[in-house]
Amino acid sequence: MCLGIPGEVIEILPDQPDLAKVDVSGVKRAINIGLLTDDPPVPGDWILIHVGFALSKIDEQEAKAAMDFLIGIGQAYEEEIAALLESRIDEET
Amino acid sequence: MRYVDEYRDAEKARALAAKIAALCEPGRHYKFMEVCGGHTHTIYKHGLEDYLPESISLVHGPGCPVCVIPMGRVDDAIALAEQPNVIMTSFGDMMRVPGGRGSFFDSSAAGTDIRMVYSPLDSLKIARQNPDKHVIFMAIGFETTAPSTAMTVLRAAAEGIENFSIFCNHVTIIPAIKAILESPDLRLDGFIGPGHVSTVIGCRPYEFIASEYGKPLVTAGFEPLDILQSVYMLLEQLAQGRCEVENQYSRVVPWDGNTVALRAVGEVMELRPYFEWRGLGFISHSALKVRERYAAFDSERHFELPGVRVADPKACQCGEVLKGVLKPWECKVFGTACTPETPIGTCMVSSEGACAAYYNFGRFSRQRVREATEVHQIGVHQRQADAHQIGASQA
Repeated sequence: MCLGIPGEVIEILPDQPDLAKVDVSGVKRAINIGLLTDDPPVPGDWILIHVGFALSKIDEQEAKAAMDFLIGIGQAYEEEIAALLESRIDEET
Repeated sequence: MRYVDEYRDAEKARALAAKIAALCEPGRHYKFMEVCGGHTHTIYKHGLEDYLPESISLVHGPGCPVCVIPMGRVDDAIALAEQPNVIMTSFGDMMRVPGGRGSFFDSSAAGTDIRMVYSPLDSLKIARQNPDKHVIFMAIGFETTAPSTAMTVLRAAAEGIENFSIFCNHVTIIPAIKAILESPDLRLDGFIGPGHVSTVIGCRPYEFIASEYGKPLVTAGFEPLDILQSVYMLLEQLAQGRCEVENQYSRVVPWDGNTVALRAVGEVMELRPYFEWRGLGFISHSALKVRERYAAFDSERHFELPGVRVADPKACQCGEVLKGVLKPWECKVFGTACTPETPIGTCMVSSEGACAAYYNFGRFSRQRVREATEVHQIGVHQRQADAHQIGASQA
């Protein structure tokens, strides 16, 4: 729950500008980017995702380091990724 | 399992360890607390203590959000889930946390509707999908998660959703650090500051630790080298007679934090006069509640809560582990009565808890190795003494 998951921004959803489609380890999910309005991410940027929200922008090297850390801790990471895959915050109903 | 020697940056780590050893004052013992559960993970996973000189101890702090939720609040949450037409939603970490009357999993097995979610936004979606039910989000976590909860409440308000509320258990890290600084049980030489919490609050809130308590703090990243680097920075401050807040993790942590996130939290929530922490007791101004203007989204205002305080199980020493007074394996029930499968205390439940981290990585720390060596040496001495006696009696 407290883990930050790195992802790469693919596109900002045109009809919901506070959401971005983000690639996390090859899986694409909608992530809320409302906490980054001071410095909004654009496609190609890397972000650190926390319970469905992008908390900060990071560079690619940091994204890789964050992913190494997550893979290293094993089970907690698998549970976090599994939970993220279940998440569908962009679907209204 | 990866061992210390297989670690990819082992050479760099050893070089840094040599610099660390060179900074240590002979005869002085150093105790640094890493506040964040993520750091605890890195330390155990990579056996970082084995790189450090014997004179440096790393002690684990209260930075595991699930670990600090008191049993009474779990019971209150279950009481909420038992209300008619309620769907309780929670992060997966919370499901096995024991209250006085069992866990969310137990309650769910008994017939309540408790669902795991990844994000509070998923809870909001469940509320949209179930207009005839009231959906509650079990909001837990430090400043890292509070902004997400706040943003979700703002979204619910903007959409005019009327069947959604949060059971707010968000806690703040600074008062917990202060409680530890004022605890007579523990003498610390400095802090390794949390990474993700600092992404939100920045580094300024820690300045009192240096100015009022005379302890240095270095905010650190999660890689093994980050932790070692932060230990080096703490020692360097001590060696130079400095006492400051420094940011080792500046590639992610801005000095002023995330102001958008802080504004969102300030808009929706305010400090409680006091809040109970598991193991640490009641701490003033250490948690958040929903502001009056968002009362419609506050489960505590929608429903009557039992609000009964439940004492921790007698055998459980999570309090001492959370304060850094005990190492996980020093707890009486660690690995015997208390395991990740059948946890007694929260430190064993959450994957971020110090006990679970230590249990899962099964690392023989230098302390345990030393103890084992001592036992071995006693055995050797005993055998030598026995042999001598046998020899003497034969003579």
